[in-house]
Amino acid sequence: MKIADKNTKAVDLVRAALEKAKEYEDYHAFISMNEAHALERAREIDEKIARGEDAGRLAGVPFALKDNYLSPEGHTTAAAKMLENFISPITATAVARIEAEGAIMIGRTNLDAYAHGGSTENSYFGPTSNAYDKTRVSGGSSGGSAVAVALDIVPFALGSDTGGSIRQPASFNGVYGVKPTFGTVSRYGVVAMASSTDTMGCFAKNVDDANLVMSIMAGKDEKDSTTLNDFWTKPLEEATPAKKKIGLIKDFMGEGVDEEVKAAIRNYADKLRKAGYEIEEIRMPTLKYALAIYYIVVPAEIASNLSRYDGIRYGLRSKEAKDLDSVYNMTRDEGFMPENKRRIMIGNFVLSSGFFDAYYLKAQKARTLLINEYNKAFEKYDALLCPVAPRPAFKIGENTSDPLQMYLEDVMTVPPSLAGLPGLSIPAGESKAGLPIGAQLVGPRQSDQILLHIAKEVEE
Amino acid sequence: MSEYKITIGIECHVQLNTKTKLFSGVDNDAVDKEPNSCVSPVDYALPGMLPVLNKVAVEKAVKAGLAMNCKINLVSRFDRKHYYYPDLPKGYQISQMYQPIIGAGVIHLPDGSDVHIEHAHLEEDAGKLSHFGNYSLVDLNRAGTPLIEIVSMPDIHSAAQARAYCEELHRLMMYADVTNGDLYQGNMRFDVNISISNTDKLGTRAEIKNLNSFRSVERAVEYEYKRQKALLEKGEKVVQETRGWNDTTGKTTSQRSKEEAQDYRYMPEPDVPPIVLEQSYVDKVAAEMPLMPADYRGKFSVLNLDDSAVEAIINYPVLAKRLAEVCEANVKLAPRVANWFASVLLAEENLDKDFTLATGAELTELSEMVEKKELSSTAAKEVLMEMYDHKNTSKTPHQLAKEMNLLQENDTDALSAIIDEVLAMPECAKAAEDVKNGEMKAIGFLVGQVMKKSQGKANPASVNELIRSKLS
Repeated sequence: MKIADKNTKAVDLVRAALEKAKEYEDYHAFISMNEAHALERAREIDEKIARGEDAGRLAGVPFALKDNYLSPEGHTTAAAKMLENFISPITATAVARIEAEGAIMIGRTNLDAYAHGGSTENSYFGPTSNAYDKTRVSGGSSGGSAVAVALDIVPFALGSDTGGSIRQPASFNGVYGVKPTFGTVSRYGVVAMASSTDTMGCFAKNVDDANLVMSIMAGKDEKDSTTLNDFWTKPLEEATPAKKKIGLIKDFMGEGVDEEVKAAIRNYADKLRKAGYEIEEIRMPTLKYALAIYYIVVPAEIASNLSRYDGIRYGLRSKEAKDLDSVYNMTRDEGFMPENKRRIMIGNFVLSSGFFDAYYLKAQKARTLLINEYNKAFEKYDALLCPVAPRPAFKIGENTSDPLQMYLEDVMTVPPSLAGLPGLSIPAGESKAGLPIGAQLVGPRQSDQILLHIAKEVEE
Repeated sequence: MSEYKITIGIECHVQLNTKTKLFSGVDNDAVDKEPNSCVSPVDYALPGMLPVLNKVAVEKAVKAGLAMNCKINLVSRFDRKHYYYPDLPKGYQISQMYQPIIGAGVIHLPDGSDVHIEHAHLEEDAGKLSHFGNYSLVDLNRAGTPLIEIVSMPDIHSAAQARAYCEELHRLMMYADVTNGDLYQGNMRFDVNISISNTDKLGTRAEIKNLNSFRSVERAVEYEYKRQKALLEKGEKVVQETRGWNDTTGKTTSQRSKEEAQDYRYMPEPDVPPIVLEQSYVDKVAAEMPLMPADYRGKFSVLNLDDSAVEAIINYPVLAKRLAEVCEANVKLAPRVANWFASVLLAEENLDKDFTLATGAELTELSEMVEKKELSSTAAKEVLMEMYDHKNTSKTPHQLAKEMNLLQENDTDALSAIIDEVLAMPECAKAAEDVKNGEMKAIGFLVGQVMKKSQGKANPASVNELIRSKLS
């Protein structure tokens, strides 16, 4: 990516990005633009450089921000009517770290409301189109960020990944998508979806850019007790895999997976072989339960995390509300999208007394089995390879009437989320129709840089 | 039909006196502050905010547990308890449902009975609502204040015992310095579960919520006993429900029945890692624990004091501590000091709980001065009050007594001179004559005259003796 210096003005980088965003407005990658602030910040960076000061490792680099990261610049909406006019008094830690290195937020990108979904069709502001085919979905929930990078509007964008929300749109739009180990990047100041699987990551056009952005965002934050000590510290070439062995997950290369997707993954496996990796097929029978576990644990956490949107202190309050009960009921009815409500209902059901043991506790036990299965696999392999999604981007509207089909699209991204593992979405070719296909590398906790190292070895 | 036996279990919420809240860095002391002035984005549940556990609150919880002779659980976890109310910004309270930090224990009451503790857990307090006609206002200053909820076993069987339990809990929490203990400010609040039965089986219980004084606990139990007894005697049933207490009418009223009880949809709190304590840490806190009321009761038992005096003193940790120091220095001098505390200090209308009373050594010295007749009992009390007012903490009792001109005159020569003067006075001639003739009643008049002349500093016993010898 281009970084501002004596010859490259931050103002020019930002202006170019803003112009490109305008040019591609019809993709609806952005919910709001941050033009005035962005240009002001760019001028500050240029002045800093002119004075010979250090303007940071991302000096003047424009970036796009998923609209569930809090920042006082503009509204933070989470693509929900509930927060349509919400202005945050604080800045998310991840954003603060990126901005401290001189990066400039040019706009906030579209997502499924509250990040619930895999297509951005659940956005209160309407869907984002795929960068390769406007009639198809961008994927999601971080669809806007993926498209903003794929269209070369910005060199990188921030996203959040709870069950595939970075990896899947990256795959649908042919860019890199990094979902780090749980706890790598602070969740402070990001609208919570599911606390035990929410991770903050990024989209980029190449491995080095992704590595740089992640290395800046990663590290302990006292405001998020689940953050890990900074492990994103090595030069990428030193983050070498120990075994040079990768497992190809057979369970995700069978029925129900698009032939072109399978071919792209096999092709990617061949490239890895040529780079000196031993590729073995591996069976992971617990993976098939991951989706069932996910759609119990995650809605439970969602229902809980969305309880605060009650119309009392900030955000929407229904104008029709007459008393306390109607403030709650009508505000939440108007402020949430159907998919939000679906998950709140599932979540409250599995947490209700009498069902908690049968659903939530059992799901958590199964989650432990899943983690054990991964641990066993990583005794043998540096990483596991599989597709990101069973098929390339689907048509806008194709799945909207069938939520279950929509959930099935998450089958390959959800398991690493439940185990807190890092997942990397890598561009791995295109279908005959010209739609991007992504390969997914998953490694043990904190092996994030090793995954990037492997991807870099076969990067084109 | 046999007598109805009453069975009581009590849940007590104790607000911890930490500097900051349980999960945010904001001031925890909202007394006399503007509404919503002690509130951070974490407390009002801004999107994306995460709780960060206050380690001091954990330490206070451990202390509270140790004060109640409880097992401290080395691993404990937080859970979310969900319900909607405007005083609960997140829509859930962070509490400990499944693995509380404090396990089972027992409290010894002054009357010798024991009440077992089932467990106690850490949680955050909610805010406060004020209702005005057709609108209500929310104050979140209290939202996020650390609480421990102490759950007793149903070991209590009378209104008086219920009160005694609450009072003892209050003492324990004060001694352990985990709360400011101001009941008026809601620092400790009691929920009382009451059932009655005339068989071996427990009756259906009613829960009286949010009692904020010892007296209201006692009265509410008395009222409930009568209410439930009347129901059962009429052949009706006690309904399992939550009831509120009205201090003015002295009655409880139904608030919510079991059927209307909320489903709190408990869920493990994913944002706060488990509390993992080392045994060595718990041992260290235990080693630093101050003496508890039961320890003092043991120490003071040799002084042959009234139970009520002992309890009155124990209600003030600093008094108990000082008295124990006097016991340590010279146990013979201690009853007098105890007596001063009970009769002088505790009679003070606005007794300052935090007063820095003179040291144990100074109190011992003061008591010794009376013992040696250097100071009259009345004068000693004056010196004590001077020390209590903490004006003169740097001066010894002897220095104070001297400055206040209270030292008794034991100097025989000086006394002798005064007595001679008195005996020479015409108005004393009759009395002197009577004493000479063996009518000892008259000596009192003479002693009184000497005391007057010495401005009260003479030691009356010495005066008495000297007059006798002069007139014999």
